[in-house]
Formats: sequence, structure tokens, C-alpha cells
Amino acid sequence: MKSLTKAYRPISWPTKGAGGDTGSWRTHRPVVDTQICNKCQICWVYCPEAVIDRQEITIDYRYCKGCGVCAVECPTGAISMEMEE
Amino acid sequence: MATSIKKLPDIEQVLSGNGACGGCPATMGLRIVGKALGSNAIMLLTPSCSVASMGMTPRLGYNWPCINITFASAGSSASGITHALEVMQEKGRLHGELPTVFAWVGDGGTYDIGFQALSGAAERNDNIIFFCYNNEAYSNTGVQRSGATPRGSFTTTTPTGKRQPKKNMALLMLEHNIPYVATATVAYPGDLYDKVVKAKNIPGMKYIEIQAPCYLGWQFDMPETVQMSRMAVRSGAWLLWEAENGKISFNNPSSLIISGKKDAAPVDEYLMKQGRFNRLLKGPDAESRIAEIQGDIDREIAFIRERAKITI
Repeated sequence: MKSLTKAYRPISWPTKGAGGDTGSWRTHRPVVDTQICNKCQICWVYCPEAVIDRQEITIDYRYCKGCGVCAVECPTGAISMEMEE
Repeated sequence: MATSIKKLPDIEQVLSGNGACGGCPATMGLRIVGKALGSNAIMLLTPSCSVASMGMTPRLGYNWPCINITFASAGSSASGITHALEVMQEKGRLHGELPTVFAWVGDGGTYDIGFQALSGAAERNDNIIFFCYNNEAYSNTGVQRSGATPRGSFTTTTPTGKRQPKKNMALLMLEHNIPYVATATVAYPGDLYDKVVKAKNIPGMKYIEIQAPCYLGWQFDMPETVQMSRMAVRSGAWLLWEAENGKISFNNPSSLIISGKKDAAPVDEYLMKQGRFNRLLKGPDAESRIAEIQGDIDREIAFIRERAKITI
């Protein structure tokens, strides 16, 4: 009930996915090779969407827009961009 | 020495799935700003890309109380809010640490339309942080010329390249005699983080300008946002400095260029990568116009080098 009353007030609340499931915008998907990754966290700091997990270096594909900044900035080349099917 | 990436805090104030373009430098910069400011802050937004990307009611992409205001009033609205908070604390209606009031404004709302309100807030020395994320055009409305657009750049209102140089807004703010002015860019997140933390702990008006290379406006490939920002600094087209009470100090790698220990990279390579300079580079008078742009950059470097010698 509480969430219903929230929805009818003219106030926006911080929620993930405010622009929808932005993962559907993606044409290329970043894939992390855990064998090469040295967990330097450079991809995490430059990710504009905050979809990369800092410790595990996993990517939340529901919201990742596939911009490819992580793949270009990765110093070891562990992230590659693969075509979406 | 800037804070290393591994020491940045975990807090995320920009939530996943907002409406910004992929590779947006504004959200990239705002994430780092969020890590430095924490959750106890109030955000003011004028019409800009950041407002368009915050999502649709009843959802919000930023984890702060956000207030959307008119284009011309970022400085005055922020002043009003910070004064109201102080009064509420005096009357005992508000307890604990006062929230940081900050304005997150594009270059149009800073250089052109919002300038008089910002100048007024700076003159009154109100306790706010004013962030300008500078993508060098009105990108939200489809890339029109702004006061921050550099010479020679293509926009929809300057189809043959802008003929005038850009303003140096950070220097203008420095001459308002405010306690803290800094310039930063998205490619150096540790440097940006340190500057915001420093600004947060200084009372009075603070101005931080973040260069944000917009791939749509600048016409380069989407993944190269950070590369472009780094190239701007290495070529001297963007300088990293901070000024506490009028005393300028330079940050790496700009300090090496200013002190002459390292030569700035030629501006050609930086211009070639961007589609907005294509017509200029292909034209018959390309060489003289590149020389003009290089001249602008050299003048800025020479000017700020001499300005830094004034320490009183």
C-alpha cells in the first residue's frame, strides 16, 4: 500500500532503471575474461552507468548500454566487445 | 598525489539505468562527484542533458533530492536554498550537519544563460558548490554554439566552424575572488575526487569545471570518451589547475606542460580525432586555421603561467 501512495505523489524517487531497461539499447556486449583480468578496477571507475561490480568485475547486462569505454580503457585487454545476437 | 582508484569510496549516487546516452561523460563525472559528496547533499539542475537523463516520474536516476529550476537561475536558487537551510538550523528545525548544496549545470547554463546569477552568487560568496560540466556546446538540444565552443568547431549554428575563441570561465570565476576554483576532467577521476572533497570542506562559493567530451557533439566514436578527455589535457587544450584563495597550483600532467618539463602534444592529433573539426581540416586554409587554434591554446597557457605568479 505504501508503494502505491508513493506512486501517486508528484515526486520522483531514486530507483534503478529510471530510463527503462537500458540494456536493450546495446548493440555490442562487453565480456570480461576472468583469466586475464587483474582486478585493477579501472573499468569500474570509468563506467558511466555504474553497472560493473567493483570486487568481482561482473557486468549487470540489464542496464549496460554497451558504450565500450571499459573495453578501450582496460589496460590488460581483458574486456572484449561481442556483437549482440 | 591524486587518490588512487582503489581508495575511492563504494557509494553510488548515480543509479544504473538512467536515460543518459551510452558513454556519457556527464554521468561519468557525476558518479565521481557523488563519491566525494556523499548522500547528504541537495542537487540543483538547470535544463541540460543531466535533466533529460534523470528518467521519468515516478522514478529518478540520481540518489539525491533534485530540484529542477529555470536556466538562468542556478546561482541564485542555490544561494536561496543554502540561506534557508542556515535559517532552519538557527531556529532549531534542522539538526546535524547541513547538507551540501550544489548546482550541476552544463556549459550553456554557466557560460551564457546562467552567468549573471552565478556571478551574483560568487560576489555574495554564498556557501555552494557550482559544477559546470563543459561539453563545449548545447548538446541537449542538438549541438548549438555556446560560449564554451572552441574556435573552428562545427555546430548546427556554426556550419563552417566557429570564428571566435572560447571564454575562459574558470579564470573569470577566479577573478571573482572566491575561496576555491578548480578545473578537472573525466579522464583523471582521482584528481576530480580530491578537488570535490577539498571544495566540500571549504565554506563559501566554490566553482569546479569538468570537461566532458560529448561523442555526439564532438563526433568521435562512443568508446573514446575518456581517451578524448586525456588527449585534451596532453595537448594543452584543457588545463588542470586549482586555486585556493587566488593561489593557483597546477595538477599533473598539466603542471609538466606549464613548467616546461614536457612539451604539449601538437593539437593536430586531437583535432583529427573529432568530426566537428573535419570541415576545417579539409578546407583550403586548413593550416592557417589550425595555427589559429594552436595560437589560442598557447595564449591560454602563457596567460595562466603568468597569472600563477601572482600569489597575493
